[in-house]
Amino acid sequence: MARTEPTADAARIDASLSGLDALEVPVARRRSLGARLWSNLWPKLVAAGLFLLIWQAVVWTGWKPNYLLPGPVQVFENLGNNLDTLATAAGNTLWRALQGFGLAAVIGTVIGAGVARVRVLRAGVGSMITGLQTMPSIAWFPLAILLFKLSEGAILFVVVLGAAPSIANGLINGIDNIPPLLLRAGRVLGARGIAAFRLVILPAALPAFVGGLKQGWAFAWRSLLAGELLVLISSKYSLGQQLETSSQFADARGVIATMIVIFVVGVIIDALLFGSADRAIRRRYGLIDEGATT
Amino acid sequence: MIGASRRPAAAAPTPAPVPPPGIGVGGGALVRITEASKVYGDTANAVHALDRINLEVGAGEFVCLLGASGCGKSTLLNLVAGLDRPTAGSVDVAGRTSLMFQEAALFPWLTAAGNVELALQLDGMARRKRRARARALLAMVNLEEFGRKRPHELSGGMRQRVALARALAQQVDVLLMDEPFGALDAMTRDVLHDEVERIWRETGVGVLFVTHNVREAVRLGDRVVMLSSRPGTVIAEFPVDISRPRRIDSPEVATLAADITDQLREEVMRHGAH
Repeated sequence: MARTEPTADAARIDASLSGLDALEVPVARRRSLGARLWSNLWPKLVAAGLFLLIWQAVVWTGWKPNYLLPGPVQVFENLGNNLDTLATAAGNTLWRALQGFGLAAVIGTVIGAGVARVRVLRAGVGSMITGLQTMPSIAWFPLAILLFKLSEGAILFVVVLGAAPSIANGLINGIDNIPPLLLRAGRVLGARGIAAFRLVILPAALPAFVGGLKQGWAFAWRSLLAGELLVLISSKYSLGQQLETSSQFADARGVIATMIVIFVVGVIIDALLFGSADRAIRRRYGLIDEGATT
Repeated sequence: MIGASRRPAAAAPTPAPVPPPGIGVGGGALVRITEASKVYGDTANAVHALDRINLEVGAGEFVCLLGASGCGKSTLLNLVAGLDRPTAGSVDVAGRTSLMFQEAALFPWLTAAGNVELALQLDGMARRKRRARARALLAMVNLEEFGRKRPHELSGGMRQRVALARALAQQVDVLLMDEPFGALDAMTRDVLHDEVERIWRETGVGVLFVTHNVREAVRLGDRVVMLSSRPGTVIAEFPVDISRPRRIDSPEVATLAADITDQLREEVMRHGAH
């Protein structure tokens, strides 16, 4: 039904709106990529340098004989000489980690979604998930070895048990913390059932879910290294096995060099993969204050 | 949701009129609320949110609901939007509704255009048609250049306009607005009044607009309906016979607004005495 009464002049409304829009759009101060990378990087470099300095200082005091506590230079020499072996070992370990983490992500997501949406499941399983999360993964190994013998299966079992609860909990927290207004908006738009879950609930829970994945990765990596130390599979050379072998030969340089590789791989995946995904999502969702001014 | 009729889950005490065939629920009304009550809680400590409300919104009519706190304005809109059912009485809606809130409630993971496209997707529109339609809807609220922005990159007024475009994407017959401009500054609100009035005129939708701002109600409405508080019930109705375009600061608007404000204040004082 078209109206006949005049309203305010359309051109005037347009002009007022575009004027207000120009004044009101928040202006974010964004620095160049290089500047941001550098401001992120230099404190880390300084910290690493300080750590190496303290390490070297302890070695210089002669607190322990050099064959037990070698200095950074000797360790990095060892690392350089064994780069091939360490790279193969790191590759095998990473492959196991990805398999275990992938499986944990699938299981954790299904359980998390179920617990968050089904009341009976929440009452029954909800608190058990947190309980599982606090259980040290190394406590699972005796059972895992009985069930799966000294095999890949035993390691995978423990890695999945270590990571899945964190991932499930991340999703549950994410869903629980969705602003009710967004759910109402979804219902008003006609989102029901699967469509509501896929198009509204899951994306709204994404920031916390990624947090859960990040934590799940940390648990998976820890459980895996513990597993590789306990469950030695001679056919596959891994970081855990390398650590164990070096220790048995009283090769302190090898032990520390392997530890550095474990640390660096963990940091790279945690910071670069999950950290940057986390930041990208938060920026997209407007959860980071970028010094916006209106 | 076409021709939806919302009645209490149990048998209604009052038989509601059967809508005649054709458009509307009778008498050209798009929304007909008949003796609708809403009670929360059980009999022991029941809260009467709405008490025997009678209200109609005709096709293309702009109705403003005015009331002090606790008048059940939002409850009433929920009933019309189909998010809730009346405890007694009936709410008949001929056609489709969409509800806008005081906050835009845009999905932060989608761009402005993405928010509109999601509404089209949930409405069942084919993927290839969505983009062009979303652009047209954003153009209608003068935001075609901001389709790629995310909600947090827009101002409060712009977010409300995206929410308006998203609501219009549902091909609504009745637009329900729950204090949509309550959180905006006066100047933006002023311009958005013009904008909503223009879109209302262009599209011919019926509007049920809830506000606690008397001047806003007089500025926009064909009719202003006043609700009492606790329980909410219709206590007065004011036809607004001021020609459009109106200005919120014109003497005619101010005079009628002053009248209505006096009555509203009496209603509020009635609650304070005891």
